[in-house]
Amino acid sequence: MNTFRADLHIHTLLSPCGSLDNTPTTIIERAKEQQLDIIGITDHNCGLQSFLVKELGEKAGIFVMMGMEVTTKEEAHCLAFFEKKSVVNEFSNFIYDRILPIHNDPDKFGYQVVIDKDEDVINEIDKLLISATDLDIDQLEKEVHRRNGLFIPAHVERPRFSLTSQLGFVPPDMNVDGFEISRHTTWSEILAQYPYLKNYSFIQSSDAHYPEDIGKVYAEFTMEAATFDEIRLALKKENGRSVEPHRK
Amino acid sequence: MTVKELAEKLNLTIYCGESGLNKEIAGGYTSDLLSDVMGNCNAGNVWVTLQTHKNIMAIASLKELAAIVLVKGFKPEPETIEKSNEDEMPILGTDLQTFEITGKIYELIHS
Repeated sequence: MNTFRADLHIHTLLSPCGSLDNTPTTIIERAKEQQLDIIGITDHNCGLQSFLVKELGEKAGIFVMMGMEVTTKEEAHCLAFFEKKSVVNEFSNFIYDRILPIHNDPDKFGYQVVIDKDEDVINEIDKLLISATDLDIDQLEKEVHRRNGLFIPAHVERPRFSLTSQLGFVPPDMNVDGFEISRHTTWSEILAQYPYLKNYSFIQSSDAHYPEDIGKVYAEFTMEAATFDEIRLALKKENGRSVEPHRK
Repeated sequence: MTVKELAEKLNLTIYCGESGLNKEIAGGYTSDLLSDVMGNCNAGNVWVTLQTHKNIMAIASLKELAAIVLVKGFKPEPETIEKSNEDEMPILGTDLQTFEITGKIYELIHS
């Protein structure tokens, strides 16, 4: 078994609220500096910028989890990851059809652009990506798992856009692969607050919208290798694998 | 005023939890953040919301509310209905939006 540092919640410049400095190249550089082995690319409701990060990560020796941060009908943010680019692409289209038809105004909300290796804009997304979808949290969980993805409610302890802020508490029978806690708390605080969640796996991630926030907190995975399936197994705590939240 | 009388006067749909229709209404609360409702809604209140997840039932029962009113034609999810019947917590509905139904309920309670 080896240990791997993972920051699984990073926004790129595609998110309207994400800094235009958070380009795929910068994210990989910053991840290297922060000694991260694994990063997750999770823009709001869209996974289209994760492909380039994945490509750059492969060259740099960083394993990139492709996915997105979906806003449910209740406005709870949830991370969804998929192993294959084709599934991320299909799921991005599926989610795009389910977000409210509000046009993005870049002056008010920020740009929503996908760039290529040369940092040329190859796609500008029209609908406002931070809007809610019309999927409730249970429907979203099923849609993610139907595609063999990983489903992780984001920053669950936060007072806004979290499972607990929107739905009051974590339903005890939720089919999740783990929960994410934000950089503003610690694992022991969470376990004291929600003792009934002690058997779940927790990750901690930066939710970075700016390069300087990447890797401020991380999840330490104990597993065989940095692969999608190993991460899945570690979240299930299979055969000695595990994951622990860390704040520097 | 009972939940039943409120439903009749405002022409609300009764989705489930019929056995709790005779509860007395002590006031009302309007919010879609369940964490906020948990912290601030009082016993005997009718709660106006657009949330339909089964967690609304847990909170309504915990806070001993009189009933839940769903706005804009939203309907409770199957698991929510099940809990509502078990806990005798009526879930009512209206096609009106939150501002309008809240105003009407306020008027009735305070008239």
